[in-house]
Amino acid sequence: MEKKSQNRREKKSHLKELLLQGNEAVVEGALQAGCRFFAGYPITPATEISEILSIKLPQVGGTFIQMEDEIASLGAVIGASLAGVKSMTATSGPGFSLMQENLGFALIAEVPCVIVNVMRGGPSTGLPTFPSQSDVMQARWGTHGDHPAIVLSASTVRECYDMTIRSFNFSEKFRTPVVLLIDEVVAHMREKMVLSDGEEAEIFNRVKPTVPPEWYIPYEENPSGVPAMANFGEGYRYHVTGLTHDVRGFPTSRPDEIGPFIARLHRKISQHFSEIQMAEFFQTEDAEITIVAYGCVARSAKRAMIEAREKGIKVGLLKLVTLWPFARSAVEKVLQSSKILIVPEMNMGQISREVKRVNRGAAKVFALNKVDGTIITPKEILNRITEVS
Amino acid sequence: MAEVTKLIHKYLRHDKKFPHVWCPGCGIGIMLGALIRAIDRIGFGKDEVVLVSGIGCSGRLPVYVDFNTLHTTHGRALTFATGVKLAKPSLKVIVIMGDGDAVAIGGNHFIHTARRNIDITSIILNNSIYGMTGGQYSPTTPYGMKSSTTVYSNIEQDFKISELAITAGAVFVGRGTVYQARLLDSLIEKAILKPGFSVVEVIAHCHTQYGKQNRLGTAVEMMEWQRDHAITVEKAATMKPEELQDRIVIGVLVDKELPVYQDEYEKIRERAKGAATN
Repeated sequence: MEKKSQNRREKKSHLKELLLQGNEAVVEGALQAGCRFFAGYPITPATEISEILSIKLPQVGGTFIQMEDEIASLGAVIGASLAGVKSMTATSGPGFSLMQENLGFALIAEVPCVIVNVMRGGPSTGLPTFPSQSDVMQARWGTHGDHPAIVLSASTVRECYDMTIRSFNFSEKFRTPVVLLIDEVVAHMREKMVLSDGEEAEIFNRVKPTVPPEWYIPYEENPSGVPAMANFGEGYRYHVTGLTHDVRGFPTSRPDEIGPFIARLHRKISQHFSEIQMAEFFQTEDAEITIVAYGCVARSAKRAMIEAREKGIKVGLLKLVTLWPFARSAVEKVLQSSKILIVPEMNMGQISREVKRVNRGAAKVFALNKVDGTIITPKEILNRITEVS
Repeated sequence: MAEVTKLIHKYLRHDKKFPHVWCPGCGIGIMLGALIRAIDRIGFGKDEVVLVSGIGCSGRLPVYVDFNTLHTTHGRALTFATGVKLAKPSLKVIVIMGDGDAVAIGGNHFIHTARRNIDITSIILNNSIYGMTGGQYSPTTPYGMKSSTTVYSNIEQDFKISELAITAGAVFVGRGTVYQARLLDSLIEKAILKPGFSVVEVIAHCHTQYGKQNRLGTAVEMMEWQRDHAITVEKAATMKPEELQDRIVIGVLVDKELPVYQDEYEKIRERAKGAATN
């Protein structure tokens, strides 16, 4: 039986027309989602998120702390979440690399938290203030060991707001860290964002145990795959560890306990694919060519699609919002009409590999890769369309 | 059953699979006993206490006791503890670390948590070796000693954990040995009661690794060495530096007042709310 959720709808009573940067929209989304703890380390191009939260969190009774590095930042975020407070951090490539260690901890101990990575070009210090999409694979496979991952993206300022809320909701609902990947263009671009009057944001809070403490089994199997989570200090004393553990949370090396545990970690995500995998389709019904894009590149792709249609080429756009788990069914859907797929991205082909994997030879898949720190323009995508059509 | 054993049992997790992971003769159990006695004397409820640890032999300590327990990544215990404490200041946060945990991989977190003066108590078991992984040298292995990665000789100088804590700004620093268990009880009690960042360095023996590789004898012999080399802070004050070579100065090394982080942050919240309404 599904545990009763503490799902609730919250009223936003004020109409707002805001001119915001993506990073500012992340802050607004986080506060709306109920984030009350932020720990971070200064890094371009994510710094605005820290700066604004250092002002706004104490105003609402929350906590901001600047840690000594990104390892410590995510450690503090996990600690705060275990104490019952929705928590996040924000970083860029080098910091995201440092966070991989504790990201794995949050995965195995099933601690909800949100990590915003405003991507820069790499490797290493790389291209601090230039856009890139080169952390897609790191977000999926960066921490060691076999694990699931929820990774979202955003291509508009409004989406930065919405997807930050969604990141918190997914993290709370599935008891897992969620990574929001945005790029420097979306993070620093100012754009009008309208929050209409009475608009409601659906906020999900972690499901707490309803049984008395002596009956509580912290990592118990259930149909959803997500165990109820007790916060520290609320009477349910239990053990949290980064070791593989049994249903009571105690370390185990028994194969009959490890196998089901790791399987459940994967199952709690895989059996909710349809809810987690978000994608948008633009004129794909009759499209002979479909562009598969995400982040700031999806904006260029949309423009290219419109211009191609003006030239009489039937082009559609599949915009990926969820990057991981990869939206296989969305790609399969566009493969029904399109015999050509173009995957423009600001890396050497991280999502195009996935598209090719799903495609299995059904259509021709063309990558369009750019890693020089400049965005992929509509013209470049349009040129690619005319080349291959 | 002796009274002292009954008390320990009151705090053990009876649904946890025993035996524990530690070698017979290890000092960690003595440290755990001292911690339990201190918490019992102070009178904290089990729900109020969060026991956080890192990785290694000492990292396994929290799993056996019936508090909110958090076994984190190697060296990062203080960062998790920082999040717990700031998110819910009513919780009493106690961190258990080993020497490798606290001053090698976690050295940066250690000095910065001390500097911030967050109300956390750190208890550091210093046995001068990485025991669990098979006896490699740690930052507190003395010069000239052997380990499985310094089979010829250790050519590095060792960290003095308490002195490092003092320099980094800890408001309470005490050092004891597992031989002097009663002193350990009182040091841990004082450290927990002290508002701000407090440190208790516990000098312990690892006869299984360090002792064996350096031919220092059994657990009992290594504890006798602690007895013979420990000297109180009061007595040490009357001695010359050269006389203090090879001595372990035990007792309260620092007890001072500095603003505590959570109290200061509460003031920040008030200022921020004022700024928001103006």
